[in-house]
Amino acid sequence: MFMYDIIIVGGGHAGCEAANISAKMGMKTLLLTMNLKNIADMPCNPSIGGTAKGIIVREIDALGGLMGIVADKSHFQIKMLNNSKGPAVRSLRCQADKVLYPQIMLEYLRKNNNLEIKEGMVENLIIEDNIAKGVILEDGKKITSKIVVLTTGTYLKANILIGDINKEEGPHQEKRSNYLSDNLKKLGIKILRLKTGTPPRIKKNSIDFTKMHEELGDDTYLTFSYDIKPIYDISKQQKCYLLYTNENTHEIIKKHLKESAMYGGYAKGIGPRYCPSIEDKIVRFADKERHQLFLEPESVHYDEWYLQGFSTSMPINVQEEMVHSLEGLEKAIISKYAYAIEYDAIDPIQLKPNLENKIIQNLFTAGQINGTSGYEEAAGQGLLAGINAALKIKNKKPLILKRNEAYIGVLIDDLVTKGVTDPYRMLTSRAEFRLLLRHDNADLRLREIGYKIGTINEEQYKKLCKKRADIDKLLKEVKENNLLINDDIVKIFKNNGYDINKGSISYEGLLKRPEITFSFLKQFRSFEYEKDVLEQVEIELKYGGYIKKAQKEAEKLQKIEAKQIPDDIDYKKVKNLASEARQKLEMVRPKTIAQATRISGVNPVDISLLAIYLKKEYNEHE
Amino acid sequence: MNDTICAISTSLGVGAISIIRVSGNKAIEIVSKLFKGANLFNAKSHTIHYGFIYNKKEKIDEVLVSIMLAPKTYTTEDIVEINLHGGINTTTKVLELLLENGCRIAEPGEFTKRAFLNGRIDLTQAESVNDLINAKSDMARKMALNNLDGNLNQEIKKIRHEVVDIMSNIEVNIDYPEYEDIEIVTTEILLPKLTNIVASIKRLLNDSKNCQLVKDGINIAIVGKPNVGKSSILNFLLNEEKAIVTDIPGTTRDIVEGSITLNGFLINFIDTAGIRDTEDVVEKIGVEKSKKAMEKADLIIIVLNNNESLTDYDKELMETVPKEKRIIFINKSDLKQRLELPDHCIIGNTVNRDGLDKLKDGIIKKLQLEEILNKDMTYVSNLRQIDLLKKAKNSLENAIANLENSMPIDIVEIDIMNAWNFLGEITGETYKDELLNALFSNFCLGK
Repeated sequence: MFMYDIIIVGGGHAGCEAANISAKMGMKTLLLTMNLKNIADMPCNPSIGGTAKGIIVREIDALGGLMGIVADKSHFQIKMLNNSKGPAVRSLRCQADKVLYPQIMLEYLRKNNNLEIKEGMVENLIIEDNIAKGVILEDGKKITSKIVVLTTGTYLKANILIGDINKEEGPHQEKRSNYLSDNLKKLGIKILRLKTGTPPRIKKNSIDFTKMHEELGDDTYLTFSYDIKPIYDISKQQKCYLLYTNENTHEIIKKHLKESAMYGGYAKGIGPRYCPSIEDKIVRFADKERHQLFLEPESVHYDEWYLQGFSTSMPINVQEEMVHSLEGLEKAIISKYAYAIEYDAIDPIQLKPNLENKIIQNLFTAGQINGTSGYEEAAGQGLLAGINAALKIKNKKPLILKRNEAYIGVLIDDLVTKGVTDPYRMLTSRAEFRLLLRHDNADLRLREIGYKIGTINEEQYKKLCKKRADIDKLLKEVKENNLLINDDIVKIFKNNGYDINKGSISYEGLLKRPEITFSFLKQFRSFEYEKDVLEQVEIELKYGGYIKKAQKEAEKLQKIEAKQIPDDIDYKKVKNLASEARQKLEMVRPKTIAQATRISGVNPVDISLLAIYLKKEYNEHE
Repeated sequence: MNDTICAISTSLGVGAISIIRVSGNKAIEIVSKLFKGANLFNAKSHTIHYGFIYNKKEKIDEVLVSIMLAPKTYTTEDIVEINLHGGINTTTKVLELLLENGCRIAEPGEFTKRAFLNGRIDLTQAESVNDLINAKSDMARKMALNNLDGNLNQEIKKIRHEVVDIMSNIEVNIDYPEYEDIEIVTTEILLPKLTNIVASIKRLLNDSKNCQLVKDGINIAIVGKPNVGKSSILNFLLNEEKAIVTDIPGTTRDIVEGSITLNGFLINFIDTAGIRDTEDVVEKIGVEKSKKAMEKADLIIIVLNNNESLTDYDKELMETVPKEKRIIFINKSDLKQRLELPDHCIIGNTVNRDGLDKLKDGIIKKLQLEEILNKDMTYVSNLRQIDLLKKAKNSLENAIANLENSMPIDIVEIDIMNAWNFLGEITGETYKDELLNALFSNFCLGK
């Protein structure tokens, strides 16, 4: 008999979502963390969301996860990014309080009757015949479960690097996990060495803010979650500040370049391309005169500020010099020095699309252990790992989100298909159907799925159905009702800078024009609908042509997505494949032709050869 | 794929011999039923055998039979090729006999498809092979070979690179909205860039017209009033150069009176309302009727009579045909000159064959055949590629139109990305499932 259905190892953002959702789905769940204080810790930037990432947070919320609602209850500033651009690229970002966020997360987790949270360091897994059956703690104690989910973050064999100092520990001077990755390696799992970093923290009262540019939150109420009303006060949002590096800063960095852990050759891990250290930026963009930096408060409960954009692995004396070269930080007191961190991760190409390991059954992994970076990317994977672990125990089909269904789908497909070379960060440009994967429609995309698997309750589902019905109703209303445009109305249009001719035109016709909105039209007719319903209809009308195009493309993809590759395919028998392609196909073992097309190193020619082979071998008589 | 297929591998009626190709595991067995000569079952691979094709007791033709055994053949199957004396009747008769004895007629492109299915060639090679097979002249052959080298790829990759530069800048703006130091792509910046790229694609498409000239041949119409000697001139040109019998089924050309190759180019003389008919009949035919033919012509030879002064008909012809599209040939220089010679004309006669070589030179010069010959043959060469280029162009034009309509840039980028994908399909950097089917239906019957 197993002691638990599911054990989650690690209480970061991936672990919290996995634990919560698995308990919600009725699984007897154990969350193991090395230190209860570090549940849902934010060891790097004090923000949740951002471009693309903010959409992931909404998707997590739409599927019954916690990140959105916890962020809503713990932030001190929130804004909509890309508000001036099209609806497809808008995304929320908030400055989440580093004290409040973990507290509120823990409160939510503790509401789950099926979830136990315990402290403990996992050193090994119980494996029988390549099937995971539980974990072995540092003290030798065994805990058994049907499924183990590893969400260990950056703690596997972590090394903290500051200049030539190299300490064997994880963030917050926590113990690192010394043996788990070695033990995984022994099981045949390929381990990667990755690196990331974090900038220095500055004491608030040592900063001269007068020389910096203020960055404010939006002056409209916003929430990540579909289930709560805003609970913050717009006027009490905290400010962030914009500042720049200068020539002097660059000189200091160039002079000491060899002393940084990165450039001194002390670091072996591969760092994220999309979040380079300041020395990386200076080297790679040598002709840039300045780089942008932001100062962000970490919490309203203590006075440390985060210097975004200034992550470095320089020795502390150089860090002092670098920080003091910045305008407004001449007298800054550094409360925590920047560091780089190296850690072990597994190559996610060894995972199935449900995030289960291909070699070890019933072992799932999610978050930074899979080679990603970012709280949101971790949480999204954690959620899906938890869902899929529960579904597996329930003997149900896994939930595999499609690329045209969710950013989380793009994320996991990228990981298991392409693997990673450096920490993976989500970008809007990774989503080929971003017009379908909008911030505003995550609920319409995913809530029904959540309802079916039992992570969205009846009340939430009814709300979704009402929203859908209202959208249809409003679409009909604007189509069937016309605005009679007389001289007076022409004048109102002209005063707003809009061209219009006299006559009668449907509201639909008006709304199709890029510049005309419901908020302008409400003076002619009242539209009694929720804000988000009005928004959906506006988007549908204004960008309908493009949305349809994207849907068509998505359907085409679905067609080749439907072309399954049998599990028993022998790639050696597919004639003329390039050897690199053969190798990659063998390694990834894609489930569909569509997935195969996304493997780097597999060329269209190889795909056609594969398609032909399948046709010949598996359905010649069709 | 287990059946044995056959097809005529040479164009019907062209040349002194024709070849029927048979591929499949029963190829030798079936051909043996018709063949009298060596025992083909014992033949070694890649050998040729002399003998006769019989229909029961009736001798059909004297032939050479090549035996190529699997797997080292084009399709990797057993292949038998029958070399017959040319001529439609004999060739089709032998084909019929093969079908009666258990072969199936090959679908368009099926030999190449089999080569591909059996893993012998890859897709891009398959496409070039198709172009090579279809090459009707040396120039077309050169062009197909050149494209095999990837000159076109280079051109398209260059354009594609410009597109991706734009895309990446837009993406950076989206993903890093707070970074003010990065150039923000605005409609004002984007429009001229897109317009430039559209221009590059248009240029390639324009070149593809030249390419069509090379591939399908150049159409020449000979016009003039009755009795001026059009048919004699035509006959001279056809006899002088090796005439190609026409009415090849499946070609896109209009009715062609005869074709020659000149400087490696295929020249088609198109029917100008029956110039080969008796002159009596032609009398009835006015300018109106010739006009149609003239519209289809790339070059028009206007024939005038040295022995007569200009008629209204002549004048009308000279007015209708633009100078850059015409050559004026003054025929009957052996008779007394009664014609006031127009500028830029070639004088000669078909009786002594005077000036006719000059006429040929004139054609070469007028069509700039030498220049084209020396030109880099980086032309878009097949309809699939032209179609994709057009699609890419349309997508970009769509983007431009929507930008002007104040659609947000990040949405318009979808059009730009589509263009990028279409270009990628040409160079084989994007996989599309339909590609395979489209390709194979393009292949000519035979190879």
